[in-house]
Amino acid sequence: MNRPIRNLAIGCMVLFLALLINVTYLQYWQSDSLTSLSKHPDNRRVLDAAYSRPRGAILVKGKEIADSVKSKDDYKYQRVYPQGRQYAQITGFFSRDWGLGGIEATENSILSGDDSKLFVNRVVDLLGNQDPRGGSVSLTIDPKAQKAAYDGMKALGPDVRGAVVALEPSTGKVLAMTSSPTYDPNRLASHDFVAVNQAHKDLLANDLSPLNNRAIEEVLPPGSTFKLVTAAAALESGKYEPDTLVPGGSKLDLPQTSKDLINENGRSCGGDKITFTRALQVSCNVAFGSVGMDIGADAIRAQAEKFGFGSRYFHDLDDSLTRQALSRFPDNPDAPQTALSAIGQFDVAATPLQMAMITAGIANSGTVMQPYLVDEIRSNDLEVIGKTDPRPLTSNAVSAATARKLTDMMVAVVDSGTATTAQIPGIKVAGKTGTAQSAPDRPPYAWFVSFAPADNPTVAVAVLVQDAGVDRDAISGSGLAAPIAKAVMEAVLNP
Amino acid sequence: MSATRTSARAGQPRPGPLMEFVHRRRRGAELFLLVLSLFVGLGAYAAVGLGVDGEVPADIMAYGTWLAVLVVAAHITIRLRAAYADPIILPIVSALNGLGLAMIYRIHLADPDRTPTARTQLVWMSLGVLLFVAVLVLLRDHRRLQAFTYTAGLTSIVLLLLPLVPGFGREIHGARIWVHLGSLSFQPGEIAKVLLVIAFAGYLVLHRDALALAGRRVLFVDLPRGRDLGPILAMWLVSLAVLVFQNDLGSSLLFFGIFLVMLYAATERPGWLVVGGGMFLAGAYLSYLFVGHVTERVDVWLHPFSEAKGYQVVQGMYGMAWGGLTGRGLGQGSPQLTPFGYSDFIASSIGEELGLTGLMAVVVLYGILVERGLRTSLICRDNFGKLVAAGLAVVFALQVFVVIGGVTKLIPLTGLTTPFLSYGGSSLVANWAIVALLLRISDQARRPPPELSAGSEDMDATQVVRLR
Repeated sequence: MNRPIRNLAIGCMVLFLALLINVTYLQYWQSDSLTSLSKHPDNRRVLDAAYSRPRGAILVKGKEIADSVKSKDDYKYQRVYPQGRQYAQITGFFSRDWGLGGIEATENSILSGDDSKLFVNRVVDLLGNQDPRGGSVSLTIDPKAQKAAYDGMKALGPDVRGAVVALEPSTGKVLAMTSSPTYDPNRLASHDFVAVNQAHKDLLANDLSPLNNRAIEEVLPPGSTFKLVTAAAALESGKYEPDTLVPGGSKLDLPQTSKDLINENGRSCGGDKITFTRALQVSCNVAFGSVGMDIGADAIRAQAEKFGFGSRYFHDLDDSLTRQALSRFPDNPDAPQTALSAIGQFDVAATPLQMAMITAGIANSGTVMQPYLVDEIRSNDLEVIGKTDPRPLTSNAVSAATARKLTDMMVAVVDSGTATTAQIPGIKVAGKTGTAQSAPDRPPYAWFVSFAPADNPTVAVAVLVQDAGVDRDAISGSGLAAPIAKAVMEAVLNP
Repeated sequence: MSATRTSARAGQPRPGPLMEFVHRRRRGAELFLLVLSLFVGLGAYAAVGLGVDGEVPADIMAYGTWLAVLVVAAHITIRLRAAYADPIILPIVSALNGLGLAMIYRIHLADPDRTPTARTQLVWMSLGVLLFVAVLVLLRDHRRLQAFTYTAGLTSIVLLLLPLVPGFGREIHGARIWVHLGSLSFQPGEIAKVLLVIAFAGYLVLHRDALALAGRRVLFVDLPRGRDLGPILAMWLVSLAVLVFQNDLGSSLLFFGIFLVMLYAATERPGWLVVGGGMFLAGAYLSYLFVGHVTERVDVWLHPFSEAKGYQVVQGMYGMAWGGLTGRGLGQGSPQLTPFGYSDFIASSIGEELGLTGLMAVVVLYGILVERGLRTSLICRDNFGKLVAAGLAVVFALQVFVVIGGVTKLIPLTGLTTPFLSYGGSSLVANWAIVALLLRISDQARRPPPELSAGSEDMDATQVVRLR
């Protein structure tokens, strides 16, 4: 009987060897991937460990908008957002069970201290027997502009959907970015996990989706603010100048259909022929519809793409939930569709960020800068270990001459056109209103884009108010959106 | 046992052809290893307290004394009743049991409401040691067990059926393998395991010739005769019944595996392994198709991260990955996050807190334990003892492979306890009884061959054997 028993011994040895090899595979080779949060975001051990570590701060002009403070419970540190609702769409949240959002997610490796750039600091911490502390992230945000944008949206009411984006035209720095309705990230970062679950459930169930960052995540018809793109294309074509006479009147007969293109509220633009400047000043649909059909959809689309339509250029907030939506211009519109597209209706759709970039591009003599939010990253001893350099996205979206002409036309809009509500005493403001009708049964969207000062722009703003809960007739770019833009511009101009 | 070691050797003039090698008793070595094993158990217990609360547990003295008394009692029993028994088995068991106790204590500290205490397990261990002592004292010769072949077989089948009796059996966590007596509950399958090995051994010793000799050869493998397939078919059906009616994949696999291995050992014919392996694969595939419980386990094994039921396996893997090479340290990981980290998943808890190093040490300890068991079987002089020892050793091997393999995702997870480590009274008590049996057989096997009666020169003459 000894031979089979010896064979059994070998068999058992094989079994135990298999166990040893498998355990080695699991605990050694697979260890890194299993404890990587990007691959296994539900690994609570790693999350708990991350929770117990002091995380770097997110800073705006040296002030923390997200910070880790000592807590008395098991997790040692609590993430706090001192101005939670105001910065929620930017900071995101740091929750144990529901992942991370915003800058907390995109700069996680820096904030948590895991980034290889912080390697030296980590070794020093280890030798000094200190808890490894993450690096901090400084944002490009101007706190005054952010507050103005946030307060402006808030004043419209807690349930108003909308967004504000402000850019520095010469660099692409995001000076303000807010989306309404917002939420309190402190409720998601709390260590009371039952309450966190409830808060998270409520946020997901909310029809107004407060977790969405409307500044970058949703595209909507830009309405008359898109006339800037049509105007830019027209001026670039060489066929139009600001004083070129274009068709006016109260309606434009659309070819191939029995429908007419009419102006907002059916008004007349004044006279059968008006100047191009005048057409922008009064936001004349008839004029821009015919200009659009004249220069063609391809020219407008090419111009829109130079401003950034159809590309994804903003990555600073790309987390697992959020992505910059692509702004679009229809592919093959026929003549009447081209006319509608030229005034920002039909299938044209853009994010508030995109509209701000068009404005900033015009303000920056035709060069569109790539927008960015993260300015500097610093190690925990405040040494700068990374700084974002401004980069042009499109060097000559329009020529400097065209930009100057457009600027003059936009100044006319604010001075004596549809956007007088955006005037700032003593400062030349360039702007354009928009009121987009997407569907007959939906209330229109109010848009406003502007920059100031017109001759040396330091801020470009786009404001979207999706539904203000006011009468349909009262919804307009100049009434709802322009005052917010004005407040943001003032905040930047008068520090 | 009045002879001392030297006189025992002196009284042995020359090793006969039967045993070229004379075993020493090595009780001193056993005692030394036992002290080491106590260091493991108590050290782990103290480390848990230090890791969780920052101080050595207040009851360390009482706890340590209790543990030491149990271990020393077992050692003294061996000295008195099985002086030649293998000196390594008891220290291994003591180390594993001590480590298991510390781990159970550790998880209880982290999650006091839902987990058992180390104290309960220590009581079970005491019962186990009591049974260990009783077996060694009462059972002077393992061959007597052969008389109980059919009694043991019948009892084990009754025990297996018990949980199915309405009002008596209880289904816990999906498996109907529990019996309740008042407030006490136990798994009769654990005891059936021991009895089955005895029954198989008794049966096979008698029928091995019939099973071994007849048959035909197909492709280098001797296949058994059709009519000899009866027992293996019966055992296959019993295993399937355990699986289908009790939802106990682990025990089913274990019972069939032991039977197959013992059949192979008894008949020396690999053909049985081929037939049995084929039947196992067929049964496994059928149950994968038709038994929901099994389908679920296999799906979880294949895609642990996408199956909702994969939570436990995934948590276990996270824990072990978190432990890495050297572990988080006792009391400093989060083994309480893994469901049943104190019983079925105690291997992953050890992997988390003691690391790959610790878990490997545990696996190697089991490996040595199995090796000592098989060695006992090899040197045992009677076939019944050989079969029982091999069967019991393979019980440990299969059980450890099935449960640790399941926890580490080598094979689909099946519910089995990790011998001596897992929380669980029935299992612990049964395993201590197994160790007592192994030591009893080992004592017989290593004992120097009986002295021939004085003056007998003629080897052909009837030998007078002094049994005890």
